[in-house]
Amino acid sequence: MATDSTTAASEAGPMISLTVEFGGGMELLFHHQHSHNVQIPRFYDPPSIAPTSSSSPAPPTAPAPLQGKKSDIRYLIWWLREYLLDDKNRPELFSQGETIRPGILILINSTDWELEGELEYELEEGDECVFISTLHGG
Amino acid sequence: MAPCALCPADNPARAILRRPKTLQPVCKQCFFDVFETEIHNTIMGFGQAEGSSADGKGKRKELFRRGEKVAIGASGGKDSTVLAHIMTLLNDRYDYGLDLCLLSIDEGISGYRDASLDTVKRNAVQYDLPLKILSYHELYGGWTMDRVVGEIGKKGNCTYCGVFRRQALDRGAHLLTVDHVVTGHNADDVAETVLMNVLRGDIARLERCTAITTGGDLPPELDDPEDTKTLEGLLPRTIKRSKPFKYTYEKEIVMYAYFKKLDYHSTECIYSPTAYRGHARALVKDLESIRPSAIVDIIYSGEAMASSIKLLGRRAGGDPGPTNEKKGYTRAPRNSQQKCTRCNSLSSQPLCQACMLLESLNKGVAKVELGAEPSKEKLVGEANGSGAMEKLAV
Ligand SMILES: [Zn+2]
Ligand SMILES: [Zn+2]
Repeated sequence: MATDSTTAASEAGPMISLTVEFGGGMELLFHHQHSHNVQIPRFYDPPSIAPTSSSSPAPPTAPAPLQGKKSDIRYLIWWLREYLLDDKNRPELFSQGETIRPGILILINSTDWELEGELEYELEEGDECVFISTLHGG
Repeated sequence: MAPCALCPADNPARAILRRPKTLQPVCKQCFFDVFETEIHNTIMGFGQAEGSSADGKGKRKELFRRGEKVAIGASGGKDSTVLAHIMTLLNDRYDYGLDLCLLSIDEGISGYRDASLDTVKRNAVQYDLPLKILSYHELYGGWTMDRVVGEIGKKGNCTYCGVFRRQALDRGAHLLTVDHVVTGHNADDVAETVLMNVLRGDIARLERCTAITTGGDLPPELDDPEDTKTLEGLLPRTIKRSKPFKYTYEKEIVMYAYFKKLDYHSTECIYSPTAYRGHARALVKDLESIRPSAIVDIIYSGEAMASSIKLLGRRAGGDPGPTNEKKGYTRAPRNSQQKCTRCNSLSSQPLCQACMLLESLNKGVAKVELGAEPSKEKLVGEANGSGAMEKLAV
Protein backbone atom coordinates (compact mmCIF):
# COMPACT_ATOMS: atom_id res chain seq x y z
CA MET A 1 0.00 0.00 0.00
CA ALA A 2 0.94 3.61 -0.28
CA THR A 3 3.88 4.71 1.76
CA ASP A 4 5.71 8.00 1.58
CA SER A 5 6.43 8.29 -2.11
CA THR A 6 8.74 11.24 -2.58
CA THR A 7 11.81 9.84 -0.87
CA ALA A 8 11.38 6.39 -2.34
CA ALA A 9 11.25 7.87 -5.82
CA SER A 10 14.45 9.79 -5.64
CA GLU A 11 16.28 6.80 -4.23
CA ALA A 12 14.84 4.13 -6.46
CA GLY A 13 14.65 5.87 -9.80
CA PRO A 14 11.84 6.76 -12.12
CA MET A 15 10.70 3.20 -12.96
CA ILE A 16 9.24 0.32 -10.95
CA SER A 17 9.34 -3.39 -11.83
CA LEU A 18 6.22 -5.49 -11.66
CA THR A 19 5.32 -9.05 -12.41
CA VAL A 20 2.18 -9.21 -14.52
CA GLU A 21 0.53 -12.59 -15.03
CA PHE A 22 -2.29 -13.51 -17.35
CA GLY A 23 -4.54 -16.54 -16.97
CA GLY A 24 -7.84 -18.03 -17.98
CA GLY A 25 -7.25 -17.20 -21.63
CA MET A 26 -5.98 -13.63 -21.11
CA GLU A 27 -2.52 -14.78 -22.12
CA LEU A 28 -3.83 -15.16 -25.66
CA LEU A 29 -4.07 -11.38 -25.86
CA PHE A 30 -0.52 -10.83 -24.61
CA HIS A 31 1.98 -12.72 -26.80
CA HIS A 32 0.54 -16.07 -25.62
CA GLN A 33 2.70 -15.61 -22.57
CA HIS A 34 1.55 -16.15 -18.99
CA SER A 35 4.12 -14.13 -17.10
CA HIS A 36 5.65 -10.78 -18.00
CA ASN A 37 8.18 -8.66 -16.14
CA VAL A 38 7.38 -5.08 -16.90
CA GLN A 39 8.93 -1.75 -16.01
CA ILE A 40 6.50 1.09 -15.74
CA PRO A 41 7.01 4.71 -14.70
CA ARG A 42 6.69 5.33 -10.99
CA PHE A 43 4.61 8.45 -11.66
CA TYR A 44 2.20 9.54 -14.31
CA ASP A 45 0.20 12.53 -15.38
CA PRO A 46 -3.51 11.61 -15.11
CA PRO A 47 -4.74 13.83 -17.99
CA SER A 48 -2.33 12.05 -20.33
CA ILE A 49 -4.28 8.81 -20.01
CA ALA A 50 -7.76 10.33 -20.01
CA PRO A 51 -10.01 8.83 -22.68
CA THR A 52 -10.50 12.35 -24.06
CA SER A 53 -6.78 12.82 -24.53
CA SER A 54 -6.33 13.17 -28.27
CA SER A 55 -2.56 12.86 -28.36
CA SER A 56 -1.25 9.36 -28.94
CA PRO A 57 0.72 7.96 -26.03
CA ALA A 58 4.41 8.61 -25.77
CA PRO A 59 6.57 5.64 -26.71
CA PRO A 60 7.43 3.43 -23.73
CA THR A 61 11.04 4.48 -24.12
CA ALA A 62 10.24 8.12 -23.40
CA PRO A 63 11.78 9.38 -20.15
CA ALA A 64 9.49 8.75 -17.19
CA PRO A 65 8.30 11.73 -15.24
CA LEU A 66 10.01 12.30 -11.91
CA GLN A 67 6.87 13.42 -10.21
CA GLY A 68 3.11 13.28 -10.62
CA LYS A 69 0.52 10.82 -9.45
CA LYS A 70 1.88 7.54 -8.16
CA SER A 71 1.23 4.82 -10.70
CA ASP A 72 -1.89 2.87 -9.79
CA ILE A 73 -3.97 0.09 -11.28
CA ARG A 74 -5.78 2.63 -13.44
CA TYR A 75 -2.47 3.53 -15.01
CA LEU A 76 -1.35 -0.10 -15.27
CA ILE A 77 -4.50 -1.02 -17.21
CA TRP A 78 -3.84 1.88 -19.56
CA TRP A 79 -0.18 0.98 -19.86
CA LEU A 80 -0.86 -2.70 -20.61
CA ARG A 81 -3.45 -1.77 -23.20
CA GLU A 82 -1.19 0.74 -24.92
CA TYR A 83 2.13 -1.07 -24.75
CA LEU A 84 1.61 -4.80 -24.21
CA LEU A 85 -1.71 -5.78 -25.79
CA ASP A 86 -1.18 -7.56 -29.09
CA ASP A 87 -4.21 -6.38 -31.01
CA LYS A 88 -4.45 -2.63 -30.57
CA ASN A 89 -7.60 -2.59 -32.65
CA ARG A 90 -9.53 -4.62 -30.08
CA PRO A 91 -8.90 -2.93 -26.73
CA GLU A 92 -12.43 -3.92 -25.64
CA LEU A 93 -11.18 -7.47 -25.14
CA PHE A 94 -9.14 -6.16 -22.22
CA SER A 95 -10.55 -2.91 -20.94
CA GLN A 96 -13.73 -0.91 -20.80
CA GLY A 97 -13.19 2.82 -20.48
CA GLU A 98 -10.54 3.33 -17.81
CA THR A 99 -11.27 0.06 -16.05
CA ILE A 100 -10.93 -3.63 -16.76
CA ARG A 101 -13.44 -5.43 -18.96
CA PRO A 102 -16.16 -6.90 -16.73
CA GLY A 103 -15.52 -10.61 -16.21
CA ILE A 104 -11.76 -10.23 -15.85
CA LEU A 105 -10.53 -10.71 -12.28
CA ILE A 106 -7.51 -8.92 -10.88
CA LEU A 107 -5.39 -10.11 -7.97
CA ILE A 108 -2.77 -7.86 -6.42
CA ASN A 109 -0.19 -9.88 -4.53
CA SER A 110 -2.68 -12.78 -4.44
CA THR A 111 -5.51 -10.64 -3.05
CA ASP A 112 -8.73 -9.71 -4.83
CA TRP A 113 -8.26 -6.16 -6.10
CA GLU A 114 -11.75 -5.35 -4.79
CA LEU A 115 -10.18 -5.44 -1.32
CA GLU A 116 -7.23 -3.29 -2.35
CA GLY A 117 -8.91 -0.17 -3.65
CA GLU A 118 -9.37 -1.38 -7.23
CA LEU A 119 -8.23 1.33 -9.68
CA GLU A 120 -6.82 3.45 -6.85
CA TYR A 121 -4.30 0.88 -5.61
CA GLU A 122 -0.83 2.44 -5.80
CA LEU A 123 1.76 0.08 -7.18
CA GLU A 124 4.96 -0.77 -5.33
CA GLU A 125 8.25 -2.11 -6.59
CA GLY A 126 7.96 -5.90 -6.95
CA ASP A 127 4.16 -6.09 -6.89
CA GLU A 128 2.58 -9.05 -8.61
CA CYS A 129 -0.61 -8.36 -10.58
CA VAL A 130 -2.61 -11.27 -11.95
CA PHE A 131 -5.34 -10.88 -14.55
CA ILE A 132 -7.64 -13.88 -14.98
CA SER A 133 -10.44 -14.04 -17.47
CA THR A 134 -13.66 -15.76 -16.45
CA LEU A 135 -14.97 -15.29 -19.97
CA HIS A 136 -13.28 -18.16 -21.74
CA GLY A 137 -14.79 -21.61 -22.15
CA GLY A 138 -16.08 -23.50 -19.20
CA MET B 1 -5.77 -5.34 4.64
CA ALA B 2 -9.34 -6.27 5.24
CA PRO B 3 -10.02 -8.75 8.06
CA CYS B 4 -11.98 -11.90 7.22
CA ALA B 5 -15.67 -11.53 8.04
CA LEU B 6 -16.10 -15.23 8.74
CA CYS B 7 -13.18 -15.82 11.08
CA PRO B 8 -13.58 -15.50 14.87
CA ALA B 9 -13.90 -11.75 15.47
CA ASP B 10 -11.06 -11.57 17.98
CA ASN B 11 -8.45 -12.95 15.62
CA PRO B 12 -9.48 -12.74 11.98
CA ALA B 13 -7.10 -13.77 9.21
CA ARG B 14 -6.38 -11.42 6.34
CA ALA B 15 -9.07 -11.50 3.65
CA ILE B 16 -8.05 -12.45 0.11
CA LEU B 17 -11.40 -12.26 -1.64
CA ARG B 18 -14.54 -10.21 -1.57
CA ARG B 19 -17.45 -12.60 -2.05
CA PRO B 20 -19.71 -11.36 -4.85
CA LYS B 21 -22.82 -12.89 -3.30
CA THR B 22 -22.46 -11.23 0.11
CA LEU B 23 -19.70 -8.63 -0.42
CA GLN B 24 -17.96 -10.09 2.65
CA PRO B 25 -14.17 -10.10 2.73
CA VAL B 26 -13.02 -13.65 3.45
CA CYS B 27 -9.69 -15.32 4.10
CA LYS B 28 -8.46 -18.21 2.03
CA GLN B 29 -9.47 -20.94 4.47
CA CYS B 30 -12.93 -19.48 5.10
CA PHE B 31 -13.41 -19.07 1.35
CA PHE B 32 -12.63 -22.75 0.74
CA ASP B 33 -14.96 -23.75 3.58
CA VAL B 34 -17.88 -21.58 2.52
CA PHE B 35 -17.48 -22.41 -1.19
CA GLU B 36 -17.49 -26.15 -0.56
CA THR B 37 -20.25 -26.00 2.05
CA GLU B 38 -22.59 -23.97 -0.14
CA ILE B 39 -22.30 -26.51 -2.93
CA HIS B 40 -22.90 -29.30 -0.44
CA ASN B 41 -26.03 -27.45 0.72
CA THR B 42 -27.22 -27.15 -2.87
CA ILE B 43 -26.67 -30.87 -3.32
CA MET B 44 -28.64 -31.56 -0.14
CA GLY B 45 -31.48 -29.41 -1.45
CA PHE B 46 -31.27 -26.66 1.17
CA GLY B 47 -32.40 -23.20 0.20
CA GLN B 48 -33.59 -23.91 -3.29
CA ALA B 49 -36.17 -21.34 -4.26
CA GLU B 50 -37.56 -23.66 -6.93
CA GLY B 51 -38.27 -26.46 -4.47
CA SER B 52 -39.69 -24.39 -1.68
CA SER B 53 -41.73 -21.59 -3.22
CA ALA B 54 -44.88 -21.23 -5.30
CA ASP B 55 -46.86 -24.37 -4.54
CA GLY B 56 -45.83 -24.23 -0.92
CA LYS B 57 -44.88 -27.88 -0.88
CA GLY B 58 -41.40 -26.88 0.18
CA LYS B 59 -40.08 -30.38 0.20
CA ARG B 60 -36.31 -30.65 0.31
CA LYS B 61 -35.05 -32.58 -2.67
CA GLU B 62 -31.57 -34.02 -2.66
CA LEU B 63 -29.73 -33.96 -5.96
CA PHE B 64 -28.39 -37.51 -5.72
CA ARG B 65 -29.35 -40.90 -4.38
CA ARG B 66 -26.86 -43.08 -2.59
CA GLY B 67 -25.36 -45.57 -5.01
CA GLU B 68 -26.06 -43.49 -8.10
CA LYS B 69 -23.54 -43.67 -10.88
CA VAL B 70 -22.78 -40.06 -11.82
CA ALA B 71 -20.87 -38.88 -14.87
CA ILE B 72 -19.23 -35.46 -14.70
CA GLY B 73 -19.45 -33.73 -18.07
CA ALA B 74 -15.82 -32.70 -18.42
CA SER B 75 -14.38 -30.29 -20.95
CA GLY B 76 -11.09 -29.50 -19.26
CA GLY B 77 -12.30 -25.93 -18.72
CA LYS B 78 -12.53 -24.13 -15.39
CA ASP B 79 -16.09 -25.06 -14.45
CA SER B 80 -15.92 -28.77 -15.14
CA THR B 81 -12.42 -29.04 -13.66
CA VAL B 82 -13.58 -27.44 -10.41
CA LEU B 83 -16.72 -29.62 -10.57
CA ALA B 84 -14.63 -32.79 -10.82
CA HIS B 85 -12.55 -31.62 -7.87
CA ILE B 86 -15.57 -30.65 -5.75
CA MET B 87 -17.62 -33.75 -6.54
CA THR B 88 -14.69 -35.97 -5.59
CA LEU B 89 -14.06 -33.97 -2.43
CA LEU B 90 -17.68 -33.78 -1.23
CA ASN B 91 -18.49 -37.39 -2.13
CA ASP B 92 -15.62 -38.34 0.10
CA ARG B 93 -16.21 -35.82 2.90
CA TYR B 94 -19.95 -36.33 3.25
CA ASP B 95 -20.11 -39.93 2.10
CA TYR B 96 -22.74 -39.44 -0.63
CA GLY B 97 -21.98 -42.95 -1.82
CA LEU B 98 -21.72 -41.90 -5.47
CA ASP B 99 -19.88 -43.78 -8.16
CA LEU B 100 -18.21 -40.95 -10.12
CA CYS B 101 -16.69 -40.90 -13.58
CA LEU B 102 -15.72 -38.33 -16.23
CA LEU B 103 -17.43 -38.08 -19.60
CA SER B 104 -15.92 -35.93 -22.32
CA ILE B 105 -17.17 -35.08 -25.75
CA ASP B 106 -14.72 -34.54 -28.59
CA GLU B 107 -16.47 -32.30 -31.08
CA GLY B 108 -13.66 -32.69 -33.59
CA ILE B 109 -12.53 -29.07 -33.65
CA SER B 110 -8.84 -29.16 -34.46
CA GLY B 111 -6.66 -26.94 -32.36
CA TYR B 112 -9.43 -26.37 -29.83
CA ARG B 113 -10.38 -29.61 -28.19
CA ASP B 114 -7.06 -31.43 -28.29
CA ALA B 115 -5.34 -29.47 -25.53
CA SER B 116 -8.42 -29.43 -23.32
CA LEU B 117 -8.83 -33.20 -23.67
CA ASP B 118 -5.26 -33.54 -22.43
CA THR B 119 -6.36 -31.57 -19.37
CA VAL B 120 -9.30 -33.93 -18.84
CA LYS B 121 -6.95 -36.90 -19.07
CA ARG B 122 -4.73 -35.36 -16.38
CA ASN B 123 -7.82 -34.68 -14.24
CA ALA B 124 -8.81 -38.35 -14.57
CA VAL B 125 -5.46 -39.31 -13.08
CA GLN B 126 -5.45 -36.58 -10.42
CA TYR B 127 -8.91 -37.47 -9.13
CA ASP B 128 -8.63 -41.17 -9.88
CA LEU B 129 -11.81 -41.18 -11.96
CA PRO B 130 -12.54 -43.39 -14.98
CA LEU B 131 -12.78 -41.33 -18.18
CA LYS B 132 -14.82 -41.93 -21.33
CA ILE B 133 -14.23 -39.76 -24.38
CA LEU B 134 -16.86 -39.89 -27.11
CA SER B 135 -16.30 -38.20 -30.43
CA TYR B 136 -18.73 -36.72 -32.90
CA HIS B 137 -16.67 -38.53 -35.49
CA GLU B 138 -17.60 -41.94 -34.16
CA LEU B 139 -21.15 -41.04 -33.16
CA TYR B 140 -22.22 -39.16 -36.25
CA GLY B 141 -20.72 -40.99 -39.19
CA GLY B 142 -17.60 -38.90 -39.52
CA TRP B 143 -19.30 -35.51 -39.06
CA THR B 144 -16.80 -33.67 -36.90
CA MET B 145 -17.53 -29.98 -36.25
CA ASP B 146 -14.66 -29.12 -38.58
CA ARG B 147 -16.53 -30.94 -41.34
CA VAL B 148 -19.90 -29.46 -40.35
CA VAL B 149 -18.45 -25.95 -40.53
CA GLY B 150 -16.81 -26.79 -43.84
CA GLU B 151 -20.27 -27.73 -45.08
CA ILE B 152 -22.56 -25.09 -43.59
CA GLY B 153 -20.15 -22.28 -42.73
CA LYS B 154 -19.65 -20.70 -39.33
CA LYS B 155 -23.11 -19.24 -39.09
CA GLY B 156 -25.48 -21.49 -37.20
CA ASN B 157 -22.93 -24.19 -36.49
CA CYS B 158 -23.53 -23.86 -32.73
CA THR B 159 -27.00 -25.30 -33.31
CA TYR B 160 -25.50 -28.48 -34.69
CA CYS B 161 -22.88 -28.62 -31.99
CA GLY B 162 -25.50 -28.12 -29.25
CA VAL B 163 -27.85 -30.82 -30.54
CA PHE B 164 -24.99 -33.23 -31.16
CA ARG B 165 -23.45 -32.62 -27.75
CA ARG B 166 -26.72 -33.08 -25.94
CA GLN B 167 -27.26 -36.42 -27.57
CA ALA B 168 -23.62 -37.38 -27.25
CA LEU B 169 -23.87 -36.91 -23.49
CA ASP B 170 -26.97 -39.10 -23.42
CA ARG B 171 -25.33 -41.81 -25.47
CA GLY B 172 -22.16 -41.58 -23.42
CA ALA B 173 -24.25 -41.89 -20.29
CA HIS B 174 -25.93 -45.01 -21.64
CA LEU B 175 -22.61 -46.50 -22.69
CA LEU B 176 -21.23 -45.90 -19.22
CA THR B 177 -24.56 -47.01 -17.71
CA VAL B 178 -24.72 -43.91 -15.55
CA ASP B 179 -27.89 -42.66 -13.87
CA HIS B 180 -27.08 -39.02 -13.80
CA VAL B 181 -24.90 -36.45 -15.56
CA VAL B 182 -23.66 -33.33 -13.77
CA THR B 183 -22.46 -30.31 -15.72
CA GLY B 184 -20.46 -27.25 -14.70
CA HIS B 185 -23.10 -24.63 -15.49
CA ASN B 186 -22.65 -21.87 -12.95
CA ALA B 187 -24.85 -19.05 -11.67
CA ASP B 188 -23.56 -16.64 -14.32
CA ASP B 189 -24.43 -19.15 -17.06
CA VAL B 190 -27.92 -19.66 -15.66
CA ALA B 191 -28.52 -15.90 -15.31
CA GLU B 192 -27.34 -15.45 -18.88
CA THR B 193 -29.71 -18.13 -20.13
CA VAL B 194 -32.62 -16.70 -18.12
CA LEU B 195 -32.03 -13.31 -19.75
CA MET B 196 -31.83 -14.83 -23.22
CA ASN B 197 -35.05 -16.74 -22.74
CA VAL B 198 -36.84 -13.71 -21.32
CA LEU B 199 -35.63 -11.55 -24.20
CA ARG B 200 -36.82 -14.17 -26.68
CA GLY B 201 -40.10 -14.70 -24.88
CA ASP B 202 -39.28 -18.38 -24.63
CA ILE B 203 -41.12 -19.23 -21.45
CA ALA B 204 -40.88 -22.97 -22.04
CA ARG B 205 -37.12 -22.92 -22.04
CA LEU B 206 -37.11 -20.45 -19.17
CA GLU B 207 -38.65 -23.12 -17.00
CA ARG B 208 -36.15 -25.72 -18.07
CA CYS B 209 -33.08 -23.52 -17.72
CA THR B 210 -33.87 -22.56 -14.14
CA ALA B 211 -34.42 -26.16 -13.05
CA ILE B 212 -31.46 -27.56 -11.20
CA THR B 213 -32.26 -31.04 -12.53
CA THR B 214 -33.84 -31.93 -15.85
CA GLY B 215 -34.62 -35.19 -17.61
CA GLY B 216 -34.61 -38.58 -16.00
CA ASP B 217 -37.61 -39.91 -14.17
CA LEU B 218 -40.30 -37.43 -13.40
CA PRO B 219 -40.19 -36.21 -9.84
CA PRO B 220 -42.94 -37.86 -7.81
CA GLU B 221 -45.14 -34.78 -7.61
CA LEU B 222 -45.21 -34.61 -11.38
CA ASP B 223 -46.52 -38.14 -11.70
CA ASP B 224 -49.87 -36.66 -10.83
CA PRO B 225 -51.80 -36.90 -14.13
CA GLU B 226 -52.74 -33.22 -13.95
CA ASP B 227 -49.11 -32.30 -13.88
CA THR B 228 -47.94 -34.31 -16.85
CA LYS B 229 -48.98 -31.36 -18.97
CA THR B 230 -46.03 -29.35 -17.76
CA LEU B 231 -43.07 -29.08 -20.00
CA GLU B 232 -41.05 -31.80 -18.36
CA GLY B 233 -43.86 -34.22 -19.14
CA LEU B 234 -43.68 -33.32 -22.79
CA LEU B 235 -39.99 -33.85 -23.18
CA PRO B 236 -38.52 -37.16 -24.08
CA ARG B 237 -37.16 -38.82 -20.99
CA THR B 238 -33.47 -38.44 -21.36
CA ILE B 239 -30.76 -38.98 -18.85
CA LYS B 240 -31.05 -36.99 -15.64
CA ARG B 241 -28.86 -33.88 -15.65
CA SER B 242 -28.03 -31.56 -12.80
CA LYS B 243 -26.13 -28.34 -12.20
CA PRO B 244 -24.53 -28.41 -8.73
CA PHE B 245 -23.03 -24.94 -9.47
CA LYS B 246 -26.41 -23.38 -10.20
CA TYR B 247 -25.92 -20.89 -7.37
CA THR B 248 -22.13 -20.68 -7.58
CA TYR B 249 -20.61 -17.50 -8.97
CA GLU B 250 -18.17 -17.77 -11.82
CA LYS B 251 -15.84 -15.42 -9.98
CA GLU B 252 -15.65 -17.80 -7.04
CA ILE B 253 -15.13 -20.83 -9.29
CA VAL B 254 -12.20 -19.11 -10.97
CA MET B 255 -10.79 -17.88 -7.65
CA TYR B 256 -11.16 -21.34 -6.15
CA ALA B 257 -9.29 -22.85 -9.10
CA TYR B 258 -6.62 -20.17 -8.74
CA PHE B 259 -6.04 -20.60 -5.00
CA LYS B 260 -6.24 -24.40 -5.21
CA LYS B 261 -3.92 -24.29 -8.24
CA LEU B 262 -6.26 -26.56 -10.17
CA ASP B 263 -5.17 -27.63 -13.61
CA TYR B 264 -7.60 -26.31 -16.20
CA HIS B 265 -7.51 -25.21 -19.79
CA SER B 266 -9.02 -22.11 -21.28
CA THR B 267 -9.61 -21.32 -24.89
CA GLU B 268 -12.52 -19.97 -26.78
CA CYS B 269 -14.21 -22.22 -29.29
CA ILE B 270 -12.76 -21.16 -32.63
CA TYR B 271 -16.24 -21.32 -34.15
CA SER B 272 -17.28 -18.46 -31.93
CA PRO B 273 -20.44 -18.62 -29.84
CA THR B 274 -23.65 -17.03 -30.97
CA ALA B 275 -23.74 -13.26 -30.83
CA TYR B 276 -26.96 -13.35 -28.87
CA ARG B 277 -25.44 -15.24 -25.98
CA GLY B 278 -22.44 -12.95 -26.12
CA HIS B 279 -24.65 -9.93 -25.56
CA ALA B 280 -26.51 -11.59 -22.70
CA ARG B 281 -23.18 -12.51 -21.18
CA ALA B 282 -21.83 -8.97 -21.43
CA LEU B 283 -25.02 -7.66 -19.88
CA VAL B 284 -24.75 -10.07 -16.94
CA LYS B 285 -21.11 -9.09 -16.36
CA ASP B 286 -21.89 -5.37 -16.60
CA LEU B 287 -24.71 -5.76 -14.08
CA GLU B 288 -22.47 -7.78 -11.79
CA SER B 289 -19.83 -5.07 -11.79
CA ILE B 290 -22.45 -2.56 -10.63
CA ARG B 291 -24.22 -4.83 -8.17
CA PRO B 292 -22.89 -8.37 -7.73
CA SER B 293 -26.14 -9.76 -6.33
CA ALA B 294 -27.70 -9.14 -9.78
CA ILE B 295 -26.72 -12.66 -10.80
CA VAL B 296 -28.62 -14.53 -8.12
CA ASP B 297 -31.41 -11.98 -8.43
CA ILE B 298 -31.84 -12.81 -12.11
CA ILE B 299 -31.90 -16.53 -11.31
CA TYR B 300 -34.49 -15.93 -8.62
CA SER B 301 -36.58 -13.89 -11.05
CA GLY B 302 -36.34 -16.68 -13.62
CA GLU B 303 -37.47 -19.25 -11.07
CA ALA B 304 -40.34 -17.05 -9.93
CA MET B 305 -41.50 -16.36 -13.47
CA ALA B 306 -41.28 -20.00 -14.43
CA SER B 307 -43.26 -21.18 -11.44
CA SER B 308 -45.85 -18.39 -11.52
CA ILE B 309 -46.63 -18.85 -15.18
CA LYS B 310 -46.93 -22.61 -14.71
CA LEU B 311 -46.78 -23.06 -18.38
CA LEU B 312 -49.03 -25.59 -20.04
CA GLY B 313 -48.37 -26.04 -23.70
CA ARG B 314 -46.29 -24.02 -26.14
CA ARG B 315 -43.61 -26.56 -26.71
CA ALA B 316 -39.92 -25.83 -26.88
CA GLY B 317 -40.02 -25.19 -30.60
CA GLY B 318 -42.36 -22.28 -30.04
CA ASP B 319 -45.38 -23.61 -31.94
CA PRO B 320 -48.54 -23.28 -29.92
CA GLY B 321 -50.59 -26.45 -29.90
CA PRO B 322 -54.39 -26.60 -30.07
CA THR B 323 -56.10 -24.02 -27.92
CA ASN B 324 -57.26 -25.10 -24.55
CA GLU B 325 -60.31 -22.89 -24.45
CA LYS B 326 -61.39 -23.77 -20.98
CA LYS B 327 -58.26 -22.38 -19.41
CA GLY B 328 -57.58 -19.75 -22.03
CA TYR B 329 -54.14 -20.75 -23.11
CA THR B 330 -52.74 -23.07 -25.68
CA ARG B 331 -51.01 -26.33 -25.24
CA ALA B 332 -49.61 -29.06 -27.37
CA PRO B 333 -50.98 -32.55 -27.12
CA ARG B 334 -48.88 -34.78 -24.96
CA ASN B 335 -46.41 -36.56 -27.16
CA SER B 336 -46.05 -40.20 -26.47
CA GLN B 337 -42.49 -41.34 -25.96
CA GLN B 338 -41.02 -42.96 -28.97
CA LYS B 339 -37.69 -44.01 -30.26
CA CYS B 340 -35.89 -42.44 -33.16
CA THR B 341 -36.36 -44.81 -36.08
CA ARG B 342 -32.74 -44.41 -37.04
CA CYS B 343 -30.67 -44.33 -33.88
CA ASN B 344 -33.07 -45.52 -31.16
CA SER B 345 -32.65 -42.45 -28.97
CA LEU B 346 -35.72 -41.26 -27.19
CA SER B 347 -37.43 -38.67 -29.31
CA SER B 348 -40.74 -36.89 -29.59
CA GLN B 349 -40.70 -37.39 -33.35
CA PRO B 350 -39.95 -40.30 -35.70
CA LEU B 351 -36.48 -38.87 -36.30
CA CYS B 352 -34.53 -37.34 -33.41
CA GLN B 353 -33.03 -33.88 -33.82
CA ALA B 354 -29.50 -35.15 -34.25
CA CYS B 355 -30.59 -37.55 -36.99
CA MET B 356 -32.57 -34.78 -38.70
CA LEU B 357 -29.51 -32.55 -38.74
CA LEU B 358 -27.35 -35.42 -39.96
CA GLU B 359 -29.81 -36.08 -42.73
CA SER B 360 -29.68 -32.44 -43.77
CA LEU B 361 -25.90 -32.54 -43.75
CA ASN B 362 -25.81 -35.67 -45.83
CA LYS B 363 -28.37 -34.30 -48.26
CA GLY B 364 -26.40 -31.07 -48.46
CA VAL B 365 -23.36 -33.03 -49.49
CA ALA B 366 -25.38 -34.83 -52.12
CA LYS B 367 -26.71 -31.55 -53.46
CA VAL B 368 -23.30 -29.98 -53.58
CA GLU B 369 -22.07 -32.95 -55.51
CA LEU B 370 -24.95 -32.51 -57.92
CA GLY B 371 -24.10 -28.85 -58.24
CA ALA B 372 -27.32 -27.59 -56.66
CA GLU B 373 -27.59 -24.96 -53.95
CA PRO B 374 -28.18 -26.53 -50.54
CA SER B 375 -30.95 -24.91 -48.49
CA LYS B 376 -28.91 -24.44 -45.35
CA GLU B 377 -30.61 -21.40 -43.96
CA LYS B 378 -33.96 -23.07 -43.65
CA LEU B 379 -32.61 -26.09 -41.85
CA VAL B 380 -30.61 -23.99 -39.46
CA GLY B 381 -33.61 -21.80 -38.80
CA GLU B 382 -35.75 -24.79 -37.98
CA ALA B 383 -33.18 -26.27 -35.71
CA ASN B 384 -32.47 -23.07 -33.91
CA GLY B 385 -34.84 -23.90 -31.08
CA SER B 386 -32.23 -26.05 -29.45
CA GLY B 387 -29.35 -23.69 -29.96
CA ALA B 388 -29.55 -22.25 -26.50
CA MET B 389 -27.90 -25.27 -24.99
CA GLU B 390 -24.53 -24.95 -26.67
CA LYS B 391 -22.77 -24.85 -23.34
CA LEU B 392 -24.11 -28.20 -22.26
CA ALA B 393 -21.01 -30.21 -21.66
CA VAL B 394 -18.73 -27.45 -20.62
ZN1 LIG C 1 -11.53 -16.42 7.73
ZN1 LIG D 1 -31.84 -40.44 -34.07
